[in-house]
Amino acid sequence: MEFKVPTMAQMIADGETPEILFWVGCAGSFDERAQKITKDIAKILHHVGLKFAILGTEESCTGDPAKRAGNEFLFQMQAMANIELLNAYDIKKIVTGCPHCFNTIKNEYPELGGNYEVIHHTQLIQGLIDEGKLKASNGEFFKGKKITYHDPCYLGRANGVYEAPREILQQLDADLVEMKRCKTNGLCCGAGGAQMFKEPEKGDKDINIERVEEALSLSPNIIAAGCPFCMTMLSDGVKHFEKENEVQVLDLAEITAKANGLS
Amino acid sequence: MQIRCPMILQFLFLVLLIAAAGLFAKNISKIRRNILLGRDLDLSDQKGLRWKNLLTIAMGQSKMATKPIPFLMHLCLYVGFVIINMELIEIVIDGLAGTHRVFAPMMGSLYNFLIASFEWLAFLVLFACVVFISRRNLIKIKRFNGTEMTKWPKSDANYILVIEILLMSAFLTMNAADAKLQFLNVEHYIKAGSFPVSAFLQNILPNDAASLIAIERTCWWFHIIGIFAFLNYVPYSKHLHILFAFPASYYGSLNAKGKINNMQSVSNEVKAMLDPSFVPVQTESPGRFGAKDATDLNWKNLLDSYACTECGRCTAMCPANQTGKLLSPRKIMMDTRDRITEIGKNVDLHGKDYNDNKTLLDHHITREELWACTTCNACTEACPINLDPLSIIIELRRYLVMEESAATASLNTMQSNIETNGTPWKFANSERANWTN
Repeated sequence: MEFKVPTMAQMIADGETPEILFWVGCAGSFDERAQKITKDIAKILHHVGLKFAILGTEESCTGDPAKRAGNEFLFQMQAMANIELLNAYDIKKIVTGCPHCFNTIKNEYPELGGNYEVIHHTQLIQGLIDEGKLKASNGEFFKGKKITYHDPCYLGRANGVYEAPREILQQLDADLVEMKRCKTNGLCCGAGGAQMFKEPEKGDKDINIERVEEALSLSPNIIAAGCPFCMTMLSDGVKHFEKENEVQVLDLAEITAKANGLS
Repeated sequence: MQIRCPMILQFLFLVLLIAAAGLFAKNISKIRRNILLGRDLDLSDQKGLRWKNLLTIAMGQSKMATKPIPFLMHLCLYVGFVIINMELIEIVIDGLAGTHRVFAPMMGSLYNFLIASFEWLAFLVLFACVVFISRRNLIKIKRFNGTEMTKWPKSDANYILVIEILLMSAFLTMNAADAKLQFLNVEHYIKAGSFPVSAFLQNILPNDAASLIAIERTCWWFHIIGIFAFLNYVPYSKHLHILFAFPASYYGSLNAKGKINNMQSVSNEVKAMLDPSFVPVQTESPGRFGAKDATDLNWKNLLDSYACTECGRCTAMCPANQTGKLLSPRKIMMDTRDRITEIGKNVDLHGKDYNDNKTLLDHHITREELWACTTCNACTEACPINLDPLSIIIELRRYLVMEESAATASLNTMQSNIETNGTPWKFANSERANWTN
């Protein structure tokens, strides 16, 4: 990275407090494809001058896949350790790069003692656009391009965030086309509920193939996503149909970074 | 009011009324008992919001509107059912007192308006039932099929529609005969009511008073006995939703759909592990973690299972089901209901501690079904009355993982990665911030 991304530990040592904590998530930290999204989120935060920090090596899995696989013990172990850390740093506001982390911290941590204002990065970006801090100066890159947006279950149905991602896209001069199964009727990419970490049960086809088929039927230039798991599933699906040269799968953070000349 | 039927018929009516109401009350209390075999759960909070949900979702049918044609047809049945049944008050009084159209003299023209409304609604109900029965049997609609839609659930749906068609036909034929008898100035048949729909049936009826009286009386008795019988069919049928949709939507989740409940019993153990001085919150001993049998589920899960009318919108929207996997959220609901009913029968026959060596898990719901769920909430979103198959799936998974350690190998790897590295993948946590370099 061309600028330094501070950790909470460093900030505290320097006697500073961040305006917002960037919860990167495991996919965003380790998955090569998702790391690009993470970097773009960091670039956006840096670009608008928001004072932010990450937890770095102190961050640990929220426990989402463990909980949804049925391991409540492991989930609560993770949750309580994370809450202890977040509370020790007196964190007030968190932005996550992953709808699963977003959902877990926002909805499942409060009962266990973790109360924070939690937003997903698409909500942060939409807010920055509304405040005029992100101008899409490089927006002509997307002019006339056909973009379809895939609703991540844990952003959409799980938390009712349908508009922020779409408003980000509407700001570009792109042609936003909706799949038939969108918003409340959105079709899952197939990765939620710990499916990301296992082979699917046998059936007629994989869920991500079904989803990408639907997206490709609109002949888009770009399939927009807002979740690192969806990113993996959709990218795999596009490769399955050998369309990776024609159709890009991009996170809304990447689209925003590109539109603002940050990448 | 003139007495127009022999006392013996009034007595017979009274007996039938008491028997029907008594049997119905007995069956409903049995279902209530079955539901309370589930684990306790406190849902006494936020009463205002719960009433609002009951009024909009159950009474107002707000979630039905997503499918306009079934919504309108169902609205005909729903409004027709509620409003036409107002006439039951009169029918019951007539039956007990031996009167005929007892409200007519005291209501005047309002009576005519009401009878005319009932007729139009009866016509709409008939129309909707014919459309529904055709949709179910002539058009191949995917959600009315599927593995769980075996002979009984399919017959059940048809029986309900046929019974409603018969009841409404009897109601209209009765009115047509009544109107003709009124026209003939036959004794007892006072001039009352307005019959805009059944007027079209008058031509096919005979013209002599004796036959008309026979038809009118037969239809009257058929209609009311039919209603008594239907009332007692409902507790055995998916049609129970006409009652249970109300408590189910009242007690429905008020949280964001993404929230899965935290287990207090686990919190106690985890807190004690992290802090030896921790004093646990007193909770009932869970017996086992998660659910293996229907009695391990909470009473709301069981209430949901009885409220399900097997419409299959959940299954139609389920990504696993759409791609040919075994999982069907509707089957989860039906299996839960069948199993808790079976347990209830065992309690009745053999006492509370009887073990039939069967469980909801494995004997009804297979592990393959459970592991196919993506927890995407398409099922809970699709349900017109906010039932929650997902929480049943999660409870069963909790049993599998926490009691049997029976997750698939790859899920076990994911869990041990979280335990050792704090991430579901096999990466060292020290590399977590490498992207910043």
